[in-house]
Amino acid sequence: MILDYMTLKFIWWILVGALLIGFAITDGMDMGVGILLPFLGKSDDERRMIINTVGPHWDGNQVWLVTAGGAIFAAWPAVYAAAFSGFYMAMLLVLFALFFRPVGFDYRSKIESNRWRRAWDWGLFAGGAIPSLIFGVAFGNLLRGVPFYLDDMLRAHYQGALLTALLPLLNPFALLAGIISFAMLTMHGAVWLQLRTEAPVADRAKKAVTIMGLIAAACFAICGLWVAFGMDGYRIVTEPALGAMPNPLAKTVAVAPGAWLAIYSKVPVAILAPVAGFAGILLTILLSRAGRPGFAFVTSALGMTGIIGTAGLSMFPFIMPSSIRPNSSLTVWDATSSHLTLSVMFWAVVVLLPIVLAYTVWCYAHMWGKVTVAEIQARSHSAY
Amino acid sequence: MISPLLVELSRWQFAATAMYHFLFVPLTLGLTWILVIMESVYVMTGNEIYRDMTKFWGKLFGINFALGVTTGLTMEFEFGTNWSYYSHYVGDVFGAPLAIEGLMAFFLESTFVGLFFLGWDRLSKRQHLAVTFFAALGSNLSAAWILVANGWMQNPVGSTFSPQTMRMELTSFAQVFFNPVAQVKFVHTVAAGYVTASMFVLGISAFYMLRGRDMGFAKRSFAIAAGFGLASVLSVIVLGDASGYTLGDVQKTKLAAIEAEYKTQAPPAAFTLFGIPDDKAMKTRYAIDIPAVLGLIATRSTTQKIEGIEELKVKHEKRIRSGMIAYADLQKIRAGDASATTKAEFDAHKADLGYGLLLKRYTNDVSKATDAQIKQAVSDTIPWVLPLFFSFRLMVGFGFLMLFLIAAAFYFTAVRKIQNQRWLLRILLWAIPIPWLSCELGWFVSEYGRQPWAIGEVLPTFLATSSLTVGDLVFSLTGFIGFYTFLLIIEIFLMVKFARLGPASLGTGRYFGETGGSKPTLTASPEPSLTPAE
Repeated sequence: MILDYMTLKFIWWILVGALLIGFAITDGMDMGVGILLPFLGKSDDERRMIINTVGPHWDGNQVWLVTAGGAIFAAWPAVYAAAFSGFYMAMLLVLFALFFRPVGFDYRSKIESNRWRRAWDWGLFAGGAIPSLIFGVAFGNLLRGVPFYLDDMLRAHYQGALLTALLPLLNPFALLAGIISFAMLTMHGAVWLQLRTEAPVADRAKKAVTIMGLIAAACFAICGLWVAFGMDGYRIVTEPALGAMPNPLAKTVAVAPGAWLAIYSKVPVAILAPVAGFAGILLTILLSRAGRPGFAFVTSALGMTGIIGTAGLSMFPFIMPSSIRPNSSLTVWDATSSHLTLSVMFWAVVVLLPIVLAYTVWCYAHMWGKVTVAEIQARSHSAY
Repeated sequence: MISPLLVELSRWQFAATAMYHFLFVPLTLGLTWILVIMESVYVMTGNEIYRDMTKFWGKLFGINFALGVTTGLTMEFEFGTNWSYYSHYVGDVFGAPLAIEGLMAFFLESTFVGLFFLGWDRLSKRQHLAVTFFAALGSNLSAAWILVANGWMQNPVGSTFSPQTMRMELTSFAQVFFNPVAQVKFVHTVAAGYVTASMFVLGISAFYMLRGRDMGFAKRSFAIAAGFGLASVLSVIVLGDASGYTLGDVQKTKLAAIEAEYKTQAPPAAFTLFGIPDDKAMKTRYAIDIPAVLGLIATRSTTQKIEGIEELKVKHEKRIRSGMIAYADLQKIRAGDASATTKAEFDAHKADLGYGLLLKRYTNDVSKATDAQIKQAVSDTIPWVLPLFFSFRLMVGFGFLMLFLIAAAFYFTAVRKIQNQRWLLRILLWAIPIPWLSCELGWFVSEYGRQPWAIGEVLPTFLATSSLTVGDLVFSLTGFIGFYTFLLIIEIFLMVKFARLGPASLGTGRYFGETGGSKPTLTASPEPSLTPAE
């Protein structure tokens, strides 16, 4: 089957979104667990219990991040080029923080020293906290527009270097978006811990679900009001045919107040995304408090899907608007790969992703059940 | 214009992060298969010592694997962060194998590797063996896709430049996948990984035998590694990727540089065993030549010639001049010229556009470059010969040394006299770093030999960077080197600690150094039901 170019461009917007949501649900959970580790685990055994709930899975989960990166490279090379170098300092912070995770998980319990283990616990904390915050900050900055432009050779240029590039990214709106991301991933990790650990850690996790859920919902509401009344969005004025060869410089873009809400009047069903965001979080809090963490995990995933979906839909078709030369903005229609590449990659996903999901489920199923302190003590030489 | 220092630092950073990454990759590629062999023997015989072997070598595998994952993360994002123009220019082709690598291979490897470590009590014997197998398959598939991507950088087939989108675009995914350079690279690289893992297991097992401890454990591990290693080292040497060097101008230039072939010889060309290459004088001093060997290895014939640097330079100058025309036409097309004559002229010269871009280093207006600038660009097309010449010879020398060591290990294992060959055991212990040195030298030859190109004949390296500042790069390069070195020290500390501890680290109570008065030669079961697998 041959799909036309415009349809494929649209499908790839959905697929990249799906990979990011997959990342939040799986690896985001590990990051949440890492963030909670130093606070919910009061003894070494308790902390090992927490770590071993994700021990067999964190590495597979992290591949969602790697594959999302690869998919953006393949499907949106212009975005991969401009965003990753434009957010250079932020990307380095994320990478350096992520470095702590593989070694933290694998090395931590190999040495019986309290100092050694505490140090890696904080490493795992950093490996969860910094990326989850920065990913939100990055989304916040995408909504505000990024100070970059493309020259006539389509090379991306940016403003600032080192701190003068990093500090403007840490503006209040973006930080608020960062807190949403931090809180929702931590809530998600807490639900997982409530599900997979025994008391008293599970009870502490339950409290964390409520606190983090309330923070996420409140910040999501403030962000929504801010976008509606406090900042400008971007709007396409003229553009070539959507199925044309992608040329990011061929369109004209205007900055307009309220432009990020246009989609909700044009396609009213889009409102389901923010609704799912709020409903998912609130249901998660209720179900967690009712002692049903299994269902809470599903609603937590739904809530995160809603929140990420809201950010994506509000900007549609923009992916990376330019604040200094709006005409250089990158969109779903003009930042993409060729028709053939999108097609090849689409079929690769159609064939491979179900296989990935199938064996991932198989692995989770075989490791299912509560991780207990007794089990950790019995397998002290092999457990993380 | 891009700062030359920024380009230099970006190259150093990529080289450093890639070479650090490849300290961990080869062991992963090979040790996974050794684990599959050990565990298969366990499943077939039920002899517990093979399960302990799988677990113990698996522990060392894990210590290495953690840093492989850590340093691999950087590689996935570094094209975007530091080679932004590269990402734009070739992402349409280059991104696809990377993304498929994630979907097809890295998911497989990473999802199952966790169960390999932690699923022993949760899975049946056969299920666990399947898990080990899929982790091994995943890591090797991963190498296949990465080398498809890398092979395309050396020999960019299946794609064409589009002036509308100002980038390379895919024309045939099958050609990219079946790129002959990628194929030979894959075989050579994974086999080198198998040799690395074999040398690792041989060296550490030799250490136990020298100490007279855990003999049953050590001899069985040693035997498996010797058998696996012998097959692998023969593959590396016989299927060495010399045959890939005759494809495309970049590979030909690399071959000429590796062999210090300044002037084209009458076929079959002689192989220079040793000498001091002198780029200025265009000749190799103190050369020791072996007649005909190079021609036979590189072309598999006695009649095909191997082009020398002098001849290649003449060809490159022609291509640069043709590239100037392509560049001028490209400017016209981008400015809106849609005439058929411009398009026809551009199409006729577009294969040389990359050569035209080499002039960007010296002038912004490529189409008006002076003869002096063209001469500079021509001389840029040839990498510095001396480091390539020596790195290649050192790599090959190490390869033959390992062939000798592994063959000796295999022979003495087969005649059951290995524990008496203390000289060999000692050398094997000290030889553990050699496969790593060879791997790093091999990558240096492959990638430094590709210069001045990021993508052979398509995109010069100096154009491929991001628009960052020198300050950004100083910060990140320092950060990477500092962080990686810190982690490497911890990794080596743990590796040495657990290698010294040996199978006692499993806490089974059956091995040397554990409480319960175990004797140095204690084995897991009373007597093995099978002789060591070979």
